[in-house]
This record gives sequence, structure tokens and C-alpha cells, in this order.
Amino acid sequence: MKYIRELLGLLKVNIRDYGMYIALIVIMITFSILTDGLFMSSRNISNLLDSAGYIAVLAVGVMLVIVIRHIDLSIGFLAGFLGAIAAILLMNHGVPVYIVIPIILILGICAGSITGFLVAKVGIPAFVATLAGWLIYRGAILMATEKTGTIIVDNDAFNAIGNGYIPSIAEVGGLHLLSLLVGLVGILFYIYSAISNRRNKIKYDFDVVSRPIFVLQLLFVSTIIGYITWLLAGYNGLSWTVVIILLVVFVYHFITTKTVLGRHIYAVGSNPEAAHLTGISVSKITFIVFGSMGMLAALSGILFTARLQSATTTAGTLFELDAIAAAFVGGVSAAGGVGKVTGAVIGAIVMATLTNGMNLMGVGIAPQYMIRGGILALAVIFDVMTRRQRA
Amino acid sequence: MSDYILEMNQITKEFPGVKALSNVNFKVERGEIHFLVGENGAGKSTLMKVLSGVYPYGSYEGDIIYNGNVQQFNKISDSVDVGIAIIYQELALFPDLSVYENIFVGNEIQNGGVLDWNKAIVESKKMLEKVGLKVNPETLIKDLGVGKQQLIEIAKALSKDVKLLILDEPTAALNEDDSENLLNLLKELKKQGITSIMISHKLKEVIAIADKATVLRDGETICTLDASKGEINEPTIIKNMVGREITDIYPKRVGNKIGDKILELSNWSAYDAQLGRHVAKNVDIHVKQGEIVGIAGLMGSGRTELALSIFGNAMNYKIQGDLFFEGLAIKFKHTSDAIKAGIAYVTEDRKGDGLFLLQDIKNNISIGNLKEISSNGVVNDNEEIRIADEYRESLGVKTPSIQQLVGNLSGGNQQKVSLGKWLFVGPKLLILDEPTRGIDVGAKFEIYTVMNELIDKGMSIIMISSELGEILGMSDRVYVMAEGKIKGEMSAEDANQEKIMELATQ
Repeated sequence: MKYIRELLGLLKVNIRDYGMYIALIVIMITFSILTDGLFMSSRNISNLLDSAGYIAVLAVGVMLVIVIRHIDLSIGFLAGFLGAIAAILLMNHGVPVYIVIPIILILGICAGSITGFLVAKVGIPAFVATLAGWLIYRGAILMATEKTGTIIVDNDAFNAIGNGYIPSIAEVGGLHLLSLLVGLVGILFYIYSAISNRRNKIKYDFDVVSRPIFVLQLLFVSTIIGYITWLLAGYNGLSWTVVIILLVVFVYHFITTKTVLGRHIYAVGSNPEAAHLTGISVSKITFIVFGSMGMLAALSGILFTARLQSATTTAGTLFELDAIAAAFVGGVSAAGGVGKVTGAVIGAIVMATLTNGMNLMGVGIAPQYMIRGGILALAVIFDVMTRRQRA
Repeated sequence: MSDYILEMNQITKEFPGVKALSNVNFKVERGEIHFLVGENGAGKSTLMKVLSGVYPYGSYEGDIIYNGNVQQFNKISDSVDVGIAIIYQELALFPDLSVYENIFVGNEIQNGGVLDWNKAIVESKKMLEKVGLKVNPETLIKDLGVGKQQLIEIAKALSKDVKLLILDEPTAALNEDDSENLLNLLKELKKQGITSIMISHKLKEVIAIADKATVLRDGETICTLDASKGEINEPTIIKNMVGREITDIYPKRVGNKIGDKILELSNWSAYDAQLGRHVAKNVDIHVKQGEIVGIAGLMGSGRTELALSIFGNAMNYKIQGDLFFEGLAIKFKHTSDAIKAGIAYVTEDRKGDGLFLLQDIKNNISIGNLKEISSNGVVNDNEEIRIADEYRESLGVKTPSIQQLVGNLSGGNQQKVSLGKWLFVGPKLLILDEPTRGIDVGAKFEIYTVMNELIDKGMSIIMISSELGEILGMSDRVYVMAEGKIKGEMSAEDANQEKIMELATQ
């Protein structure tokens, strides 16, 4: 009884953080039931995660842009445009993949820096500056694909980024061995960091959950990681896309929570005047955040082009709005200063899950848009209500 | 029997924890110019907000009798309807609208819901004539100077057929000519039968045009002085303004060693391009090591602006003059330069531009000096917790844990966190802007004690304060500022409330 009460109390206090995960699980279970388990099949989950990849990467970037109280509308077509450049370099100029990828990422950083310059130094509102970018990159992508139309990419190494899987080494009972190992390492890493984190907190007399609840928490998260690993291992294993998302999440999560740069970003977001009076260069932080946004847009473009195995004239259409929606579903605050990397990625997965599940059920495109819009509105309403409750 | 247009009887107004007004009596005769004077926080603005309905009937105690009738104003428009108009220090004009649109905003001339702009232009010309302003009514407000904008506010009030005009420090932002102009206009309006109440810190103005002056202090009416009885003169007003007893809440400092000059400003001026005027002009001051230098003055005298111009020119003023820090002439380009040199500024507005309210105590304390506790850009969490806990303890922040969000703390504790953040940076010169504003006596004492400890360790402090008691109780030396200029300097022994107030109200 005591533990149930603690659990409920914990849920109540942290409802903002947990809400999204609970919503995701509820949505997944609902779809599993409605599709007679088809939704939870290995193949479908693998597909779902791959299709969420290029939006998830954008969502992480735009989440940080929103944290510092700006917005970026140009990222969709920027991703499309840079994807087209990648295709042209690969196909028309025969540049090898390992050179193309860094070039595209650097171009992304340059594009983002231009936006950063306009916003931070010239003082143009981000909405307008990036709307201009939206138009310019849209024109650029049309220009790049003008002569050829859709550019087919038949470079296997490149396409593997969007469609390939990590090597399996060996099959164990029809399961992908390396993927299982990666999952196992993930679980161990999670347990290790959770325990050391808890130890630290106890050392400094911080509030921690009671031991049984903590064990329950460990078991629950481990089971989920294990289950997803097992699902993926049952199909083709971990895809390169998932590996890239995990890498982006790891790096950005580390930067935002553990580094001086991360602290400065959140400081600028929660009170720019105070940050300025603390000696933080607000314009430098703005620069860096837009630069990182450009790089992630480039990565998104690479993922999308590789997944389609071609660069099309309309690539990137509405990506920016999907990414912004994902960031808001993931709990970023429009007032600035609040938002998590993990939240943005989960938000992207929630949105991809909705699309995927409704496609499986054969829901028409018209109701699909409405339902996704409803979910976005609900997520933000939930966010506002829980915030009011705490204040 | 006098003919009172306004009688405010036994007005008491309380805010959570503070009694802003206590049994205030305030009577204004028809057709006079009545000044309301007192220190910052004496209750002048609160009283006028009660009168104008900003604080609705029922949120205060006492009676407002206007034109012989008891009034119950529930909202501002109620007081406007009976002919009371209030003009605030921060003008309520729309900069991108024209003069005539501003005059008739909220009071539009209309024909069945359709605005009659032509008539508005004609009418506005009449109003402009009344206030003696020769501008085209179609000019945009932002193209006019502050002095003219002030007159347009008055024209706006006249268009509503005002009987009682209230002006809250109307000349604070004006230059001499514009002020003169405004005072003449008030005399002119008086002839037309309009009664004025004016809040002002400039005693010269009071002496020049007041028929009566009521002095408030700490939320109470001290006296009403009458010009016709020869009571309105500088010594009398100042004596009544400052009569507060200074209780001995200031911890003693024993023999602090005062060293060489650490900061010196010579002929230092700061020009604010947005306001279009100098916020600090020809300032010559210095601060020695181990010294607390008080900067006294009233709100809007340029103290904060001076501090910000020293602190890395945080507001991007156009600076003239020289700044010497530890004997070297330095030009700071950014706040970070000033911090690197060893200057810290604790803001007067801790919620607005001091703290990160949505973050916890730990993050707020460490944010200024993360370099100290990180390697290769990665913050050492344990070290951070240790440091934050250390400052929480040494400053006596009352909180269960350093994980507490700063937004949930009381004012006193927030101020301690603000201080802790800068102590962790470890400056040589600490600028404290209103260090004890809005915090209780106990927390004040703790902050004074911390200041003394810092001085003992060889730090230097500039303390900006509106509280004369604090200035006299804590400073080694005092500068008095008014209108962006240093009006005087005195040692702690020579300083007293009257002297400071006299300089501050010039």
C-alpha cells in the first residue's frame, strides 16, 4: 500500500516528464489491439523507427532553437536541398560517400550560421529570417533538380544509411546477435548510470525514491529496452538509422545536461537579460544553436535521401512543421528555457506511431491529419495545465 | 468653509505583508495645484492608484469624497467618467499612431460605429492649442520628443473633460526647458479651473508653483503645507520628508582597511540612443579597496544606468570618458569583459534580469563561473553540488534542498542566491543595486553582515540604494546622484538625511 501511494505521488509530481511516455505506450497498445498485433510485429516497429528518423533528428535541433525562444521554418527544404546536393555529388561527380557526408554536414552548419547571423547580429526576427530561408531553399532544391528531375542514387553504402542494418555476426535462434548485444550493453549502461546517479543523490541528501520503487523503475525500463531490442533482432536487427538517432540523442543529451555550453543555452532561454548580465554572450549561443540546427538539417537530408534512394524535387516539404510539432509534443515550452532532447525524440516517435498505426488500419489521409492535429493540441494543453498546477 | 474637490479620508491599503498606506488623509481644494511629496516607497503612487480605481473599491479601507459625493471606483474608467485623469511617468501613448489618434483613443468620435477622423483632427487641434503645442495632429508620436509627448497626454486628458488632473513625476524625463513649459501650462490650466495633483521629487518645482504640498512618509500623512502661509520652502519640506528614525539594524564594522583606488571614472558620460538623452553625465567618482561607497538618489536619477555603464556597458550606451580599473584604463565591450576584470553587478530587479526562476538553486549559483567547476567543457556535477551547498549554507538560504526552484523562494532568499552567484565568481568590486529591496528586516541584517565580511576580505562594494538609512548605516563614503549627475560627495561622518535629500531633489 505504502509503495503504491509513493508510486502515485511520484506520478503526480512528475506527470509532465512521464506523461509523454505513458501516452506513447497507451497509443502503441491501442494500435496493437486494433490491428490484432500487426502493429507490434518486428518488421513494423523496425519500419516505424526508420521512418521517424529524419524527423526525430530535426526535432532535436528545433527543440533547442525553441528553447532559446526562436523558431526555424527553413529546415525542411534545407534538408531536402542538402539531400539533393549529396545525390548530385555522389552520382554526377563521383565523390566517395565518406567525403560527401562531411561536406554536406559542413554545408548545413554554414547554412545554419547564416540564419544565426541574421537573427543574432542583424536582429531580424527568426520567423521572418527563416521564412526567407524556406523560400530560398525551396527555390534551390528546384534549381538543383531542374535538369534531371528526380536523381536516383544507386550507391549502396549511402543508401544503407536509410535502409541498411548493422551486421549480425551470427544468428542465435533466428535473432540478430550484434543487435542483442547492443541492447544488452544499453541495459547495463542504463542500470549502471541509474545506480551511480542514485548513490550520488543519497550522498548529497537529495530526495530519492524508495528502494523497491527504484528497483521497479530499473526493471520496467530494462524490460522496455529489452523488448524493443528483441523485436528488432527478430527482423533485421538494428538499422543504421536507429544507430544514428541513438548517437544524436546520446551526444545532444550529454551536451544539454552535462556541459557548460548546455547550461548556457538553457540560461539564455529562460532569461536572456539575466544571461547577458551574467556575462554569457547571447549572440554566440544563438549562433551555435542555429549552427547545430543546420547540421542536423543536413543529417536529416542525408537520412531521407538514403531512405528514398533518390533526391526528389519536393523532398523536405513540411518537415519543419512535423519537427516543430514533435518538439512541442515532446514538452518544449514556447516561453523558452524548458525542453529535453529525449522529449523531442519521443515526440517524433509519437507522431510517427500515429501515422504508422493509422496507415495499418487503413484510416484515410484526411482524418489522419485531424487526429495528429488533435494530439498536438492535447499535448500542449496537457503541458500548460500541468505547468499551471505546479506554479 | 473650504471647497474641496477631493477628500480622501482614513485610506488604508495593505498588500500581503506590507501596509502601504495607513490612515492617510488627503484633501485638495478646487482649483489649486497640490503637490504630493515623499521618499521612494512613501506611498504616493499607491494613493493615486487608489484614487484612480487601479485598486478597486473594497480593496482598501476609507472614503473617497469627490465633488461632495462618496465614490466607489471599481475600475479606471469609473474615475475617468467623473473627470479624473492620471498621467503616469511611463507614458501610455502608442508610438506608431498619430497625435490625433492618440488623443481620442478609447474615446473615439464616432457616427453609428464609424469613426469620424476628420472631426477628430479638428477637435484635436483645439486640444493642442489648449496645451500650447504647435504640431500637426497627423504627426506620429514617436517622431516627437518626450516633452511634447507629455503635453499630448495632457491634451488627451483635456479631451475627456478633465476636472482633476494627476501627474506622476511628469518632469522626471524632461529637460529644463520642457519642464518649465509644463509648469507654465499647469498654471494656465489652473486659471481655466482645472485642479492638479502632482507627484514630484524636484523641490524647485514645488516651491515654484505649489499652492499646497502634502508630505507622505512610510504610508502616513505627515503634514499639508500651505504656500499662502509661507510654509512651502526647502528646509520645511525636507525635514518632514526624512524624519524617519534610523533604528540600529546595521551591524558594526570594525576598522576596515581602506587601500588604493580600485575603480575611477573620469568625466564619464553614457548616452542612451533609444531614450535620446544622457543617462549619466560628466561623472567623476572613485572607489577604494575595502570601501563601501553608497550611491544615493531617487528613482530615475541614473544610478542603475551608471552601474550598467561600468559593468561592461551592458546596455550599449554611447560612452565618453575614461574608466580606470586597478590603475589601468580599460574599455569593456561586453559584460563578460567586466566580469573577467573582476567587477560584478547584482541587479535591482532580481526576478526580471537576475535569476533563472525556472531553474534550481544549484544552477543559479554556478551559472556565472561554470568554468571553475568543469574540465573540457563538461560540468563536474559533484563539485557543483558541493559549491552550491557551501554558498547556501554560508549565506543562510532557507530551503530544504538546493534542488528547489528559485522561483519558489521568498524575496530574501532569492536575493541571497543572487549574491551567492556573484560571490562564486569572486569579484574584486561588487556593485549592489538596491540590495535589500522588498525583503524583511531579518534577511536585510544577514545581507549587511555578508557585506561586512566581504569588505574584511578586501573586496570593494558600490551600494546603490533609495533607503537613506541603509546608505548612512553602511557606507564609508556617499555620492548623491540626480538627473544623471553626481550632485555631491560626503564622508559617512558628514552625511545626514537632510543633506542627501537636499542634493537628490535638486
